Amino acid sequence: MDQNIPQVIQTVPLEYYVFFAATLFSIGVLGVLTRRNAIIIFMCVELMLNAVNVLLTAFSAFRADPNGQVFVFFIMAVAAAEVAVGLAIIVMIYRNLQSTDVNLLNRLKF
Amino acid sequence: MNSIILLSVLGLGNLFLGFRRSNRLLLPIMMLILGLVLTVNFLDWNTGAVQLIRFPMLTTDNFSVAFTGIIVLTALLLVPFSQRYVLDEEANLAEYYSLLLFSLVGAIMLVSYNHLLMLFLGIETLSIAMYVLAGSDKRNLRSNEAALKYFLMGAFFTGILLFGMALVYGATGTFELNQISFAVQNPVNASLRPMLYIGMLLMLIGMSFKVGAAPFHFWTPDVYEGTPTFFTAFMSTVVKVAGIAALLKLLVQVFPAASAQGVWLPTLTAICVLTLLIGNVGAVVQTSLKRMLAYSSISHAGYLLIALVAYNGALEGPSANAVLFYSLAYSVATVAAFGVLKLVADARQREDYNGLNGLAKTNPLLAFCLTVSMLSLAGIPLTGGFFGKFFVFAAAVENGYIGLVIFALLMSMVSIYYYLRPIIAMYMRDADDDTAAAVPVSTFQSGALLLLALLTVLLGVLPGLVAGVL
Repeated sequence: MDQNIPQVIQTVPLEYYVFFAATLFSIGVLGVLTRRNAIIIFMCVELMLNAVNVLLTAFSAFRADPNGQVFVFFIMAVAAAEVAVGLAIIVMIYRNLQSTDVNLLNRLKF
Repeated sequence: MNSIILLSVLGLGNLFLGFRRSNRLLLPIMMLILGLVLTVNFLDWNTGAVQLIRFPMLTTDNFSVAFTGIIVLTALLLVPFSQRYVLDEEANLAEYYSLLLFSLVGAIMLVSYNHLLMLFLGIETLSIAMYVLAGSDKRNLRSNEAALKYFLMGAFFTGILLFGMALVYGATGTFELNQISFAVQNPVNASLRPMLYIGMLLMLIGMSFKVGAAPFHFWTPDVYEGTPTFFTAFMSTVVKVAGIAALLKLLVQVFPAASAQGVWLPTLTAICVLTLLIGNVGAVVQTSLKRMLAYSSISHAGYLLIALVAYNGALEGPSANAVLFYSLAYSVATVAAFGVLKLVADARQREDYNGLNGLAKTNPLLAFCLTVSMLSLAGIPLTGGFFGKFFVFAAAVENGYIGLVIFALLMSMVSIYYYLRPIIAMYMRDADDDTAAAVPVSTFQSGALLLLALLTVLLGVLPGLVAGVL
């Protein structure tokens, strides 16, 4: 069964995975550019990273090359580390401002 | 390779020193660690390319040893300026130092990677530590804001870089640099070309963010201003040099094929011109020395990108040498500038040009060192910055980019205006009430400043010491 997973993935054409990942990635980019809440922006960044994971897994399965899937594990681990630091920064700001709206952060200006 | 292992282990060990009540030992220990790593790093010089067998993700060659040397030396010369934290009860000095050591590990991975996974891990190791350090002044809203901006933008552009890597992987089927370049040169499947090009451009965008090149520079002034000055100095030297070296490696080793250049080079040239323009014009209108230095770091990324545009297809040769020399001269001068800025800002609580008024009378040494570093950044002869610019422009002219060089020369004339402003404030203006008292400087710090000024002049008088090493 385990060896069949690449075959299962390959039942869907590769283009579909690429379009799906690109759409997911674009949603993430749009969210980062338009939303004003730090936590939502952060979630959109995670969406972008997961789009990359889908894409890497699909390529990896279609090329029968494990490197792509190993890369995915590294992305997940690094994303977890980033979450830890990012949420700590957001909590620190919430303590000082009682808000996570990025528009309130305008002390640094030209 | 050895320097990575040593830095990781000693960084972990350094964390345990945080349990001690007194911080007094930390600074000498940190300098010892960095000195040790610097020595160990140069043991690998000229041993040929060393790779772990069957794990060729990191390569130690002369290129990586030279850039690691610059990075660790910069950190070593910068550390004395953290001395105020030693006395500060609130500062978690052991943790700051450990994070600096870990981010150095990331920087070293960036200059010696041989696999896109290591590029990604290097960038993240470097960046995550810097996100924390940018916000290390917890109660200060400006530091909070800098940390959040840096973090959100950094994570966003890491996502873009990763998407580019995924597309390049899809088009070539590998993450290893030489195999990618092989696949780029031998188009087995021409229909995958668009995917490859989009991937390359996304990677270029991700990397331009990390080195602070326009139009992805917008975070730089805000983040540099809000971050505590000591860590700003680290960001504008170590992070920038590592990013440029990584970009150079990517450019030279991965995409040297003529067809790929057709996509990559015009984009890089456009980024380079825009960076020079925005960096220099932006710096002119600033009133704060710290913000001016932020824009100046953008403009220097532009000069370094000229050498990247004019690369000649190998990690050795005039272009790589120019990048190496420029990085060293830039790092040394920038550390001195930020060092003086930190000392003055700590004593006088202000970071604008007027805060420097009369410094030549109260602290002749600080004024002299800042003058030398400003002249070097402006590229005046007899300083390292002059030969840095000379080598970069020479490499570009050799490869036929004369228009680009003329533009860069014009921009560096603009830069003289804003680099002279602090010098005028220090020497020509009289001190007002705020700035009448002398700034306290410890022996350690004056020693480091003198060494930095000496290095700058040495590079300007005897450029041959470093110029031909690669």
